[in-house]
This record gives sequence, structure tokens and C-alpha cells, in this order.
Amino acid sequence: MQSSSSPSRHRVAGSERLGAYTLLRLERGGVEPGVPGQFFMLEAPGRLLPRPFSLCLALPGELAFLVDPVGPGTQALAELRAGDEIGVLGPLGRGYRLDVERPLLVGGGIGIAPLPWLSEALDAPPTVIGFRSEHHAEAAVLLPHAEVVIDPVFVTERIEPGLDVLACGPEPMLHAVAALCPTAQLAWEAPMACGYGACYGCVVEIDGHLERLCLEGPVLDAARVHSNVEALA
Amino acid sequence: MRILNASGCLDALAAPDVARQLDVFVTKTVTPLPREGSAPPRIAETAQWMLNAIGLANPGRERFLADHLPRLRELGVPLWVSVGGFCAEDYAETCSGLSDLEAIELNLSCPNVDEAADSAAEIVAACRRATELPLYAKLSAAHPDVAEVARAVAAAGADGLSLVNTLRGLALDGRLRPILARGSGGLSGPALKPIALHAVNVCHEATGLPIVGMGGVQSGRDALEFAACGASAVALGTVLFADPGAPARVRAELEEACIDAGVASPEDARSSAKSPETVRKVPA
Repeated sequence: MQSSSSPSRHRVAGSERLGAYTLLRLERGGVEPGVPGQFFMLEAPGRLLPRPFSLCLALPGELAFLVDPVGPGTQALAELRAGDEIGVLGPLGRGYRLDVERPLLVGGGIGIAPLPWLSEALDAPPTVIGFRSEHHAEAAVLLPHAEVVIDPVFVTERIEPGLDVLACGPEPMLHAVAALCPTAQLAWEAPMACGYGACYGCVVEIDGHLERLCLEGPVLDAARVHSNVEALA
Repeated sequence: MRILNASGCLDALAAPDVARQLDVFVTKTVTPLPREGSAPPRIAETAQWMLNAIGLANPGRERFLADHLPRLRELGVPLWVSVGGFCAEDYAETCSGLSDLEAIELNLSCPNVDEAADSAAEIVAACRRATELPLYAKLSAAHPDVAEVARAVAAAGADGLSLVNTLRGLALDGRLRPILARGSGGLSGPALKPIALHAVNVCHEATGLPIVGMGGVQSGRDALEFAACGASAVALGTVLFADPGAPARVRAELEEACIDAGVASPEDARSSAKSPETVRKVPA
């Protein structure tokens, strides 16, 4: 884990629109891509705090991140152009366990972000991804062999029993996946100031206690997170 | 000039190599009983400030002493323990159980819990009777006259001051609801710096006590400004979240900042920020 030195500086190699999202490609420098599901803190230009992103693709000499421009920090990242430079810290946290026999990758919306790199690590296993609109679904080009569903069809309608599910997506989707597959590995999301356990900002209820997602996760076994997280908030 | 972390802004057990860059590690505030802390969301930010409402999440006095403190000692970094509570007795009891530390910091100003019923001076006096360890009183700049509070805690036996804690603030989301689950939170980051500099300046003048200055320190130049106002040490808070290498970086920048400002050292800059003796008269 690279978390005791200042963030390393990386030039933007390129930036492409994929429907509602932006694929931000950075020159890799000396940074290791880590394990699929781990994350990086990316400097958000003009903001005080960096933002957490799981690695989307480990391209030769590059690291690529999928950005959903939902707020000022992510918008600033989506507006970066080739040649711009930002600070990067990572890889951080705990990623997916890859010792699974019958993997099924499940993603929803921006939650497809870690799946391309995960798919590569697992030799392109069966994958189902869901989006809220055709426009958002343009990001499915990142997973060419995936089955794509669009609201009102949900990914949970496509999950067969007995598979080792590795999922990432919005909280309601993850809770629904957990109910169907108690052994699933789920990648969660939380607002995070530091990514290395310093700020205590990213807590979620894990094993019945508020624990830091950046250290315990972001990938957690389904049984560790209960569906009363929203009730707490 | 020594560089510390602001209490609650670093977990030395999770990031020991960050803690080892510091001259002193200050623990997260310890309260008598364990606290889960506030529900999420706990943080919000802009370009100039961050709000947090962590709510003094900590394992409680008993587990801290039995489990956390022994592991922190293994880091080989001088330790201060931050002590919190809800009445003077809470603070004093924790202090009496602490030994073999460089100092105790009394958190008299957490913006994310209900305030202690006793005054800052009463708490310091109770702790003074409970321990011989140096006591640093951490104060808030929210008081209309922070120098008055500083004089009171000095008279009660404080050996030093930690200035300043975060200030209570509120941030709203797009639908005009509080972003933080708790509603309000403690404001930190660059927006806090001028307020902190002023507090350090007037409290140094009022008490002459050693002061750990904190609030928006991002660079060596910021640290030097705190020295100029009378701080003998500086603590890093919010900057650690974006830059875990900040202690080493700020220390390196501090040397350069001294050269740029034409001072031999941060100590040499001490008190250069005092008001000029003659004030220009405004024409009638």
C-alpha cells in the first residue's frame, strides 16, 4: 500500500466520453495497479480533498478510471485533458478475492467501474450489467461480452443460483444481490476524505459496527453488511 | 519547530509510516466509554474547507489503555494522548490512569458532541490535581474572547495550549438539506487559518505558554506564519487526508519558507506578527 508518501503526479494520457461517463486515462508511472476492486485517491482539481475511484482498466503504461460527473470534484476530473497533471495515491483498500470457481460479475451504473479490470484478471467470466438508460449503457463497450439490461429490467433478474457473484453498484442493488447470493463479494462506496484510515469519514455498518470502508473494504463479503445502513443515515 | 498531527486526523496503527514522519503523534480523543461516533455521511468539503462530524468515535478508556496504547508505544514516536469527556471528573479520571507520555492534550472544544457542563478552567484544574504530566488545553476560537479562556486555563495549571479546534459549521445539499447526518460539523482546512492565526497571536500575548498552532496548515509557509504568531509547534489536520506525505513535505518547505521570509529559523520569526506599537491615526 502506497500511503505514507505524498501522492505521485501523473499526466493525463487521454479522456473519452462513454455515454454519461468519462474514461480518464493516466500515465501509470511507477504505480502498481493492485488487485481488482482496490481503489485510488485522485486529486480533484480545485477541491480540498481527493476522490476515491476503483481502477477500471490496467492498460499498458496507463491506469484508467471511470468517472461519473455527479458533483464539482468528479466534474473537474471529467474535464481534464491530455497533458494535465493530477496527484494519485494507491492502490488502497481490499479488492476482490480471485479464488472463485464459477465467477459471475454483476455491475450497476457507475458500479461497472472495477469490472473490466476484474474481468481481465478472471479471463472474461459471464457478466451482467445494468443501466438506467440507453445513454448510460454506452459504457458497456468496456465489457464487450457482457449481458446488458436497462431499467426497468434489473441485474438481479439475471443472476442464476450457485454462482460466485462479484458485484459493484448502487446500495439497493448490492442489498438485493446479497439477499440472492449470501456468499457474494460486494464492492461498496462511501464519501472518503483520505482513503487510508485517517479521517474516519467513510464508515458503514460492518459486522454490526461502524467501521472504515477504506480499510475493511471496499470489497466485503455480503454477510458482513446488513440492510439497515440507510436507517442509520 | 516540531510537527504534530491534529488529534483525530491520523490513525497511527493503520498508517505507521505517516506517524513516523511526525515529531509527536497525538491520539484520537479518548473518552471514558466506547463511542461508535456519528452516523454517516460524516464529511463534506469545498475548495477551502472541510466539515466533519465523526463524533469522537473511539474504543473507550479501558480498551485504549489495554490494547491501543501499548501498540502505539511500539511506533517509537513520542506520544500525546488526547483526553475527552462530559464533565471534569471524566477528564481527571482518564488523566490519572495515564503515565509515561510526553503530554496530555485536553480536548475542551469538540464541536460534534454536547459541551461538557464544567468550564475549561474547571476541567484543567481537576486534571492538574490528577496528573503531573504536562497538560495542553485544546481550545476553540468560537469563544468571543479566546485569550480570556487561555488565561483561565493557564491559571488553572495548563502547561501549554493547542489552538485551534474546528469551528461548528453547516453545509446543505442540492435539496437544501444538511449534507452531514448529524447536521452540523467541525469546519477545518484553509478557511480556518486566519482565525487560528489570530487565536495563536492573542493567546501567546495573553499567556506566554507554549502553543501548538493548527488550522489550515497546508505548507511550510503556513507553518512559519503560525511561528510568527507565537506557536512553538504546528499540527497538521485536513492536509493529511489529501497528502499522507505532508509532515515530511511541510518540514522541507519550512526551511525554504524561512529563507524567503528572511528569517534564520521559525524560532527567529516568533512574535514578528505582533501589532505595531504605533497605530496610524485616521484623519478626522
